[in-house]
Amino acid sequence: MIVPLDEAVRELVHDGDTVALEGFTHLIPVAAGHEIIRQGLRGLTLVRMTPDIVYDQLIGAGCASKLVFSWGGNPGVGSLHRFRDAVTSSWPVPLEIEEHSHAGMANRYVAGASGLPFAILRGYSGTDLVDNNPNIKSVTCPFSGQELAAVPALNPDVTIVHAQRADRDGNVQLWGITGIQKEAVLAAERTLVTVEEVVDALDPVPGQVILPSRVVNRVSVVPGGAAPSYAHGYYERDNEAYRAWDAVGRDREAFAAWLEELIAAPEPAGRGL
Amino acid sequence: MTTVPWTSDEIMTVTAARSLRDRMSCFVGIGLPSTAANVARRTHAPGLWMIYESGTLGTVPDHLPLSIGDGILAETADTVVSVPEVFNYWLQAGRIDVGFLGAAQIDRYANINTTVIGDYTNPKVRLPGAGGAPEIAASCREVTVIMRHSSRAFVDRVDFVTSFGHGSGSGDRERLGLRGAGPMRVITDLGVLEPDPLTRELVLTGVHPGVEADAVREATGWDLAVAEDLAVTPEPTDAELSVVRSLTGGS
Repeated sequence: MIVPLDEAVRELVHDGDTVALEGFTHLIPVAAGHEIIRQGLRGLTLVRMTPDIVYDQLIGAGCASKLVFSWGGNPGVGSLHRFRDAVTSSWPVPLEIEEHSHAGMANRYVAGASGLPFAILRGYSGTDLVDNNPNIKSVTCPFSGQELAAVPALNPDVTIVHAQRADRDGNVQLWGITGIQKEAVLAAERTLVTVEEVVDALDPVPGQVILPSRVVNRVSVVPGGAAPSYAHGYYERDNEAYRAWDAVGRDREAFAAWLEELIAAPEPAGRGL
Repeated sequence: MTTVPWTSDEIMTVTAARSLRDRMSCFVGIGLPSTAANVARRTHAPGLWMIYESGTLGTVPDHLPLSIGDGILAETADTVVSVPEVFNYWLQAGRIDVGFLGAAQIDRYANINTTVIGDYTNPKVRLPGAGGAPEIAASCREVTVIMRHSSRAFVDRVDFVTSFGHGSGSGDRERLGLRGAGPMRVITDLGVLEPDPLTRELVLTGVHPGVEADAVREATGWDLAVAEDLAVTPEPTDAELSVVRSLTGGS
């Protein structure tokens, strides 16, 4: 259950998979994303509500052939330049996009976690998203006759999230802004959770989400695995790193140098028990 | 009263803050909208109930967050809920008075673009995309847009409708069954635009002190109509400026 990160990624993620690495500003599974880059995975459909710099890195490294998302940016800083380059210049490989709103993506995960084929919401009305995404349709309420938006369930092959801690049986505990992580895990075929630490007992924390070990395939201990995002109660968001990424991401050569350094790092992060 | 000089960004922020009333619930976008909402809460609207789309409800941050999900938002919130809950139970259910949004591009009917400049399939510039904005624009009781004025940003028709404003005019929101009133004011560094009650086309209804209506028309990409009783924004007070500067680090 609790294994090194490279082993967990090798076991669970394969070329061509649909992979969601979720986290809403907080607890972003950055180290796991870097391990995907190191292993040279290709043709992935990457899914995330808020792809930020780790998705920029995965896209720039050529791991993805498609991105399903609702907001792709460097929060508080600006655009993702590797993502832009892939969309506007197909560099390093073409990137197909499927674009939603946050409400649409959130409800797609809810449907996926609920074993339903699709979700309904009041959304997308009048927007050009509808005409550019065949996965946004409308449905008539059989009771009231109201027209509502319909979007298909999202069921990733693999969901990866980062959490504060797990116990030795692989039960996982996270708190603070917990975003869409519970739904993304419950919607997935296979799941990997990286954690700050493993503890003997998960003492209750206000606002916690518990992911029982029966919905978690692998846990890997990766202290600092969400940096430069943050882990509530462990470390703060490194805003300077987000600002600094802008210059690296803007330039293909600077990015190539960054990538070379990542791949050359002697040991993958993360350990088992 | 005002005794110190102020900038066009500062009067934009102060004007947007003044549009909020105490105890309103406000769905806050990051950037300029977040600055303005936090100024309101520290001046005339201490009971402003701020929601950020990361699920932080009733948050009272002691400094401006850089991102929509900074730790300070969670630490100071009444409660932190999941993303489906914030969109479904709070926004979609009609519990929010005002949406505070920014935009890359806006048009004469206040439709908002944050997706692409140019053609969608072959864009000149790829922007971050929708985020929570389409449903914020649809479901809040009303919407305020805060953005800097330029003829590149204020266009006749947006390249992409990310968030629906007033479509192509009167009756469009009703036809789509949208429950909120949509954008009721656009606050810029030059003045204030509001939809005409009949046509829903944006009209210049106010200018900031020292700004001529012609200068606003020049910075607008359509033939902007000017209200007969054009208002002039009251200058920021020293108290307002001091709050703005304490948040932004300006001087």
